[in-house]
Amino acid sequence: MSAADVVGQDKPTPPAETTPAGVATLYRRALDNLKSGNLGVLPIALGIVFIVVFFSFKATNFFTGNNFDNIIVQMAGTAMLAFGVVFVLLLGEIDLSISYVAGIGALTVAELQLPGSGHQINGLLAMVAAVVICAAIGGAQGSIVAFVGVPSFVVTLAGFMIWQGVILQKLEQPGSIIIQDRWINYTASYYFSDFAGWLIAGIIIAIYAVTVLGGVIGKRRAGVAIRSPGLVVAKLVGVAVAAFGVVAVSNHAKVPHGLPLAGVLVVIFLVILTFLAKRTTFGRHVYAVGGNAEAARRAGINVPRIRILVFMISSAMAAVGGIILAANVNSVDLNFGGGTLLLNAIAAAVIGGVSLFGGRGEVRAAFLGALVIATVSNGLNTAGYATGVIYMVTGVILLFAVTLDTIARRLQVRSGR
Amino acid sequence: MNVKPLLELRGITKSFGSVQALSDVDFEVLDGEVMALVGDNGAGKSTLVKCVAGTHSPDSGEILFEGKEVHIHGPKDAAKLGIEVVYQDLALCDNLDVVQNMYLGREVHDRLQRLKEPIMEQKTAETLKSLAVTTINSIRQPVATLSGGQRQSVAVAKAVQWNSKLVILDEPTAALGVAQTEQVLALVRRLAEQGLAVVIISHNLHDVFETATRITVLRLGRTVGIFERAKTTQQEIVQAITSGAPVSISGTPETAGATP
Repeated sequence: MSAADVVGQDKPTPPAETTPAGVATLYRRALDNLKSGNLGVLPIALGIVFIVVFFSFKATNFFTGNNFDNIIVQMAGTAMLAFGVVFVLLLGEIDLSISYVAGIGALTVAELQLPGSGHQINGLLAMVAAVVICAAIGGAQGSIVAFVGVPSFVVTLAGFMIWQGVILQKLEQPGSIIIQDRWINYTASYYFSDFAGWLIAGIIIAIYAVTVLGGVIGKRRAGVAIRSPGLVVAKLVGVAVAAFGVVAVSNHAKVPHGLPLAGVLVVIFLVILTFLAKRTTFGRHVYAVGGNAEAARRAGINVPRIRILVFMISSAMAAVGGIILAANVNSVDLNFGGGTLLLNAIAAAVIGGVSLFGGRGEVRAAFLGALVIATVSNGLNTAGYATGVIYMVTGVILLFAVTLDTIARRLQVRSGR
Repeated sequence: MNVKPLLELRGITKSFGSVQALSDVDFEVLDGEVMALVGDNGAGKSTLVKCVAGTHSPDSGEILFEGKEVHIHGPKDAAKLGIEVVYQDLALCDNLDVVQNMYLGREVHDRLQRLKEPIMEQKTAETLKSLAVTTINSIRQPVATLSGGQRQSVAVAKAVQWNSKLVILDEPTAALGVAQTEQVLALVRRLAEQGLAVVIISHNLHDVFETATRITVLRLGRTVGIFERAKTTQQEIVQAITSGAPVSISGTPETAGATP
């Protein structure tokens, strides 16, 4: 969201742009972006619109308020994991352990909320504890990558096996743990009232507007050119329409009725992590290390520190996602973290346009990618297709997205040098 | 010359195991001067620069900066003194834009680590303007989309932005076209005009004669001699590089026979 105006800035600035930008300027910017291989959100936004329209005709109960809320809750867990994946991919590394680290997070909250276990604590505290423990796991894995130099693929593959083993070992006896704590379950099953929903949408828009306008004022004060004010206005309107639109549809749902907390949590993390990636020195250094680690080192950046922190973020976000996924089914069982969770999280980031080679991508990619995956799987489901078809279609979309990105990248190299 | 050198190296010796990379090398640069450092592969140019940059520490010998003896233990020490090294192809992150590269590792931020983009953008524009780097369309375009000469210009601008006193350029024109080479060489001359001391390492004697005021020739880890550009010829330098001519400045036509 707020990343968008930073991303869109890499354009030549003819003096004419100080006057309100017309459609022609926007069109030329889009063309420039295409040429330099910077596709932005355009392809994926069109893709989502296409998917929604397609399934609305294909399945009668797809375009309903109820199903809308379903999609939001279904995407929330994957989106949280994918947020962490974005940071790891930005470094040019990979984290294969996240699905079972999410399992460890879920197991931790389940264990700590268990009545009569002797170590029952408040659900909110249990969630904090789970995130802290998982961040420590990420710190350990990241340290091995950063200091010893073992490839992240191997370290996190080992983590994948180890944490799966821990879950199996721990849950062998009970088979599963039921989550009764209301705070934990709220992450997937709390729905705001109509009024609260509108209020939240208003707050989100206000925050976005203040951020954008603050940036514009800062630039004007420093005498730096503001690139296409038309685009700034368009983005503001877009965010406003999206926020109010989501609330309007959610408030039309019957059971459950209203805006789901899970969706709000996704947006909160989207905003915080986008800020971290785009507006702070830490984020800048993540991009630098992913782009050229040697240049970053020579520029005085502490590269091992950045690597470790990124793996901590990845594991912490896995814990957040794991909690929501567990809350969605009110339990943790032996199979938690298995199936397609890991690959869906990585696929979400990649579909959204994050490069596997490091240094290129946005946090919002994870959000959009997770939305695509959840919408497609939900749509195929409501249209009555089997799981096999869902996997095949998701695979084709992934391949298509990466092919598009690779072609864009080659165009960029050609238009450079 | 009675002017005190900005950087002076005395009797620098460095060996890696049994390989003697530098033996008893003397070197100096004055303010506002372009000193070229030339020599064949393995002559010890890179090792000498790495001693100044703090990547290597010499086994013996002393480094004087502004007349005082200094010990440089890393790039940060060098930067603190005002020494910046521009390495060929290793200085920039392709995925970041010009402003982001210029401030890499030294971003302007507030107490909450929030970046102050407008200030960085404004200062970058000023720096590039002061160096007359005008070919870049937008300082917000990724470095990957720049030409080789533009990239090198950004790398050099990045080095001089931090009130540096000495800029060392490692092969700044390798892999550049004719026009782009000219662009970078003009930039190098401008740095010296602004009073900086510049060391340029190059294999290309044409570039060296275009920019340098003096030329230090290294051969097999030893100083062959220091030549005044105005009083020497390319043949003499080639002879010094290949066979190690006497230290005296002759410039006589007889040396022409030694060129390969």
